[in-house]
Amino acid sequence: MDLAGLGRLPAAFMTAGTSSFSDFLGQYAPEMLPGRRLAGSTQYADHSGLAPHGTTIVAVTFPGGVVMAGDRRATAGNLISQRDAEKVFQADEYSAVGIAGTMGIALELVRLFQLELEHYEKIEGTVLSLEGKANRLAHMIRANLGLAMQGLVAVPLFAGFDAGNERGQIYSYDPTGARSEEHEFYSVGSGSVFARGALKKLFRDDFSAEDAVVACIQALYDAAEDDSATGGPDMYRRIFPIITVVDENGFDRYSDDTVSPLVDRVVSARSGRPDGPQAPLS
Amino acid sequence: MSMQFGYVSPEQIMKDRADYARKGISRSRSVVVLQYEGGILFVAENPSPSLHKISEIYDRIAFAAVGKYNEFEVLRQAGVRLADLRGYSFDRVDVSGRALANVYAQTLGTIFTQDPKAYEVELVVAELGADESSDEIYRIVYDGSVFSQDGFSVMGGPSDQVSTHVRENFQRSASLEDSLRLAVDALGRDEGGEVRQIATTQLEVAILDRSRPRRTFRRIRGAQLESLLSRPAEDTAEDDTADRDTTETPPDETED
Repeated sequence: MDLAGLGRLPAAFMTAGTSSFSDFLGQYAPEMLPGRRLAGSTQYADHSGLAPHGTTIVAVTFPGGVVMAGDRRATAGNLISQRDAEKVFQADEYSAVGIAGTMGIALELVRLFQLELEHYEKIEGTVLSLEGKANRLAHMIRANLGLAMQGLVAVPLFAGFDAGNERGQIYSYDPTGARSEEHEFYSVGSGSVFARGALKKLFRDDFSAEDAVVACIQALYDAAEDDSATGGPDMYRRIFPIITVVDENGFDRYSDDTVSPLVDRVVSARSGRPDGPQAPLS
Repeated sequence: MSMQFGYVSPEQIMKDRADYARKGISRSRSVVVLQYEGGILFVAENPSPSLHKISEIYDRIAFAAVGKYNEFEVLRQAGVRLADLRGYSFDRVDVSGRALANVYAQTLGTIFTQDPKAYEVELVVAELGADESSDEIYRIVYDGSVFSQDGFSVMGGPSDQVSTHVRENFQRSASLEDSLRLAVDALGRDEGGEVRQIATTQLEVAILDRSRPRRTFRRIRGAQLESLLSRPAEDTAEDDTADRDTTETPPDETED
């Protein structure tokens, strides 16, 4: 992309109409869109071993907000390629996005999505509705279908604070871009089955923000126990899950100093009962 | 006027276009951009709460304009696209106000000489630096000329009166309240020398705030604006009839 010596701004810049950055990119520099990379070949193939994978993301609502958390492991086949990977991000002032799957695709999609929201905000002078943001993300996942068919899949989890209803909402996606609203809690990635099982037993609808955070840490711990691609808290290196909270005050990513005592509590309780807290039988 | 039929000298064409553009711009109410102790302040007289004259372009870059709304709006959107595209293909720190000012200058210059109608706009691109000595304020006018401004910039409307007032009272390290009051006082100065009171609802105010991380642009409106304007003045007392006819107009105001 040669922007120096641009001279007069090209027509694509000066045309009124689109407030979407990815639409603009599609017109002006389509090769920069992640989904256009392998546009030549749409044949089914498996390139999933090509690049590292990120794994489990969990999200839990509480009255007035939502917590999203992710483990820190990235894997390449049977190897651990990164132990401090980041898979949960701020999307904008009032939402968070976590993404599991091929890391390269995931990170690029997140970057594009963050920019998409900021771009809309600047062009229009107003923010998108939460539903609108969720739909934009669906659109971007759909544009990646060609790569997904070749094994380079990235599946996001989106959560945010809905100012209208004053509550946290969670949206999940499949690789074709189908979007569905999830209630109470949800999880994506290779360890998600175990995480969701744990959350099913732990979730209460009168959670405080901290309760929801602890539930996420418990769920990720359970996922890490049974899924080799999900990393548990690394007590010696002090690498903890990424914890983010979105409520009426906006997005907040917990610092390690805040997460550390919560993780210590969960881990030390597990030394007494390795399977974690017990749910009542009936 | 013994002009050959069908022939207009290039000088005349350019002069006509310049006069045309200037006339359009002078109909627009003024905008004042100035440094204050915490960053850069933008104040415009703007009766519309939604058709902005001041906008965010990028993390540390803001845009202000006077003239025809549809024309500067096209430029504003183009600026946001260019900045976002640069940030996406390189990194956020690689988006600079100077590059944007250059692209605006080239675009306006080309439009001025080649298009049937010149844009009736004047722009300010301001970039917040790490400290006040590295702040940058560029003013770009309808024919593509760029001026690097020191400390403040005034455009549109009766800008002579307004800029005289700002120049005489400007202090780089003034508080936000004092700078805001100075800008509002200046905007109220009309050509005849009368001083108007501008209602808070007629003001569009924004800052690039050095204390904020990442996106530093913030609008100031409603109750917050009221309270900033109603705080007691410290030592901004100056004679209200200070409209001596200063003959020294800055060189950039009088190109012709």
